[in-house]
Amino acid sequence: MKTKMKADGPLIIAGRAFGSRLLLGTGKFSSPGVMKSALKASGTEIVTVALRRVELDNAQDSILSAVDASRYLLLPNTSGARNAEEAVRLARLARAAGCEPWVKLEITPDPHYLLPDPIETLKAAEILVREGFTVLPYINADPVLAKRLEEAGTATVMPLGSPIGSNRGVKTRELIEIIIEKSNVPVVVDAGLGAPSHAAEAMEMGADAVLVNTAVAVAGDPIAMARAFKKGVEAGREAFLAGLGSPRKAAEASSPLTGFLR
Amino acid sequence: MSFYDVIHSYDWDEIQKEIDGRSREDVERALAARTLGFDDLLSLLSPAAEPFLEEMAQRAHRLTVQRFGLVMGMFAPLYLSNVCTNRCVYCGFNAGNAITRLTLTLEDAETEGESLRRMGFHTVLLLSGEAPQIITEEYLKRVLGRLRPHFSSIGIEMFPMTAGRYRELIGQGVDGLTVFQETYDEASYGEFHPEGRKSDYRWRLETPERGGAAGFRRLGIGALLGLNNWRVEGFFVALHASHLLRTCWKSQLAISFPRLCSSAGGYEPCFPVTDCHLVQLICALRLFLPDVGFTLSTRELPALRDCLIPLGITTMSAGSHTEPGGYSRPGVGGAQFEVADGRSPGAVAEVLRRTGYEPVWKEWDGASAFV
Repeated sequence: MKTKMKADGPLIIAGRAFGSRLLLGTGKFSSPGVMKSALKASGTEIVTVALRRVELDNAQDSILSAVDASRYLLLPNTSGARNAEEAVRLARLARAAGCEPWVKLEITPDPHYLLPDPIETLKAAEILVREGFTVLPYINADPVLAKRLEEAGTATVMPLGSPIGSNRGVKTRELIEIIIEKSNVPVVVDAGLGAPSHAAEAMEMGADAVLVNTAVAVAGDPIAMARAFKKGVEAGREAFLAGLGSPRKAAEASSPLTGFLR
Repeated sequence: MSFYDVIHSYDWDEIQKEIDGRSREDVERALAARTLGFDDLLSLLSPAAEPFLEEMAQRAHRLTVQRFGLVMGMFAPLYLSNVCTNRCVYCGFNAGNAITRLTLTLEDAETEGESLRRMGFHTVLLLSGEAPQIITEEYLKRVLGRLRPHFSSIGIEMFPMTAGRYRELIGQGVDGLTVFQETYDEASYGEFHPEGRKSDYRWRLETPERGGAAGFRRLGIGALLGLNNWRVEGFFVALHASHLLRTCWKSQLAISFPRLCSSAGGYEPCFPVTDCHLVQLICALRLFLPDVGFTLSTRELPALRDCLIPLGITTMSAGSHTEPGGYSRPGVGGAQFEVADGRSPGAVAEVLRRTGYEPVWKEWDGASAFV
């Protein structure tokens, strides 16, 4: 008997609904024009912007002026922050400049692999949640940390698939599976997704959304790649909802042991 | 263990012999490796790697784009003073050179800063000669007070200081420290730096570690190309970088590639470095150190600078003046070296865009935290 596929609803983060499950970053693009076209082609509705890069008080800022705030939720990130204090300061600066109180919390004391600091991230999340921010923390694929952040009141958790910009895909698969299983807030797989198939894999696993930047920004044709990621995310989501079969080592006859009964 | 102890377990001549003995097969093995070790680096720095330059350049380009994106960080130097107590044989500020000595007043420094801001810069590098009697703690504190409101990120390239002094400067809004070892060869270091505090090889060598311990966000190192065999120098730069990546793990590391050019005093380099060799050095180090920033100054000619953009460079200066006060009153004070790329920052930014790179003027909000 065939069962009908579950209907998909929107992605809900902190009570707000989004039609797309692909979040896009704005770093590393060759020009604001290319970035703008890539955002459009991706169908994304949430766009992250590095606070350290933008001039919040300058309407001509090349990134801010290229992102249409009526179309996208501008999600400021605290990239470059090495500790809770710096991240909190950046988030407050953004709010003071008129941004919505949403923040993607990134605290990366090691500037080379850009791996997130769990201790400082939890500390900053507690402060920012208390101050009324909607906090989306970037974390290592650590299931206990994910629960601690959820308890602290973060709106999502954003575990990494592999180090930022590495294009290596979902190397933390087994831990992300646990995070997805246990989480009461949306799980957004962030960082390391280098190909649409990686994004599809994360979505097939049951991630609520994925965030991509480098793979689109530095592709030979960023606009076509943005479109490809859109399809990858949609395909993965659809496959998850359709119910994937479990992988098996060898081909199996449908009833090798009990066939004689029929 | 400090880098001084590390470097003592290496012998300059042995490294040179290793490099000179590398074969085509060694280079091929290095290029096939997933991650490169020091042995691979020696092969890529060797004469045997010269026929592989195009392949190295393409890989360097791919790695850099992957890690840093299609963007170029922009900064400008601001010289506070050309007074110097050292007698470095290659430097325009050599105490023995008859140049017009000048130290900016607080007003001058602010005027220079305003000029740079009008050009679009948010990141500034403050420089001076080694003159702690003139560039005093109080002077620097006041200069920083004047400049902080204008810049989002401030670096220094001055005389080496103690970690305690660096902590104070970080507290006053400085986030980057650059110090070039000039040559890593302790045996010949003294010939180039015969007098002044700079003649102390170890004090200088350990400066980036003191800076890292103090908490600078950015550390810059480099060798002055032309003083010694660039292949061996390149190896030691990489060795130093590897050490700093482990010991100062919270600091973003950058390597500069200053090539000796003419200055007051008319010093001619004993080991001139050709364009080909400069490219080989940049590419070899990029393949070995994919996550380290590479900086290019205006010492190089426009045509070469434009071609180096895609080969691994991640930050560059533009429109630079190397004489104190040069942005508001060009040519009054003596310059440290002759600028070879005299194009305006706007013109360089235009070249970057045409090449497919977005110039990035602001990369941090450090200084603003102190306003």
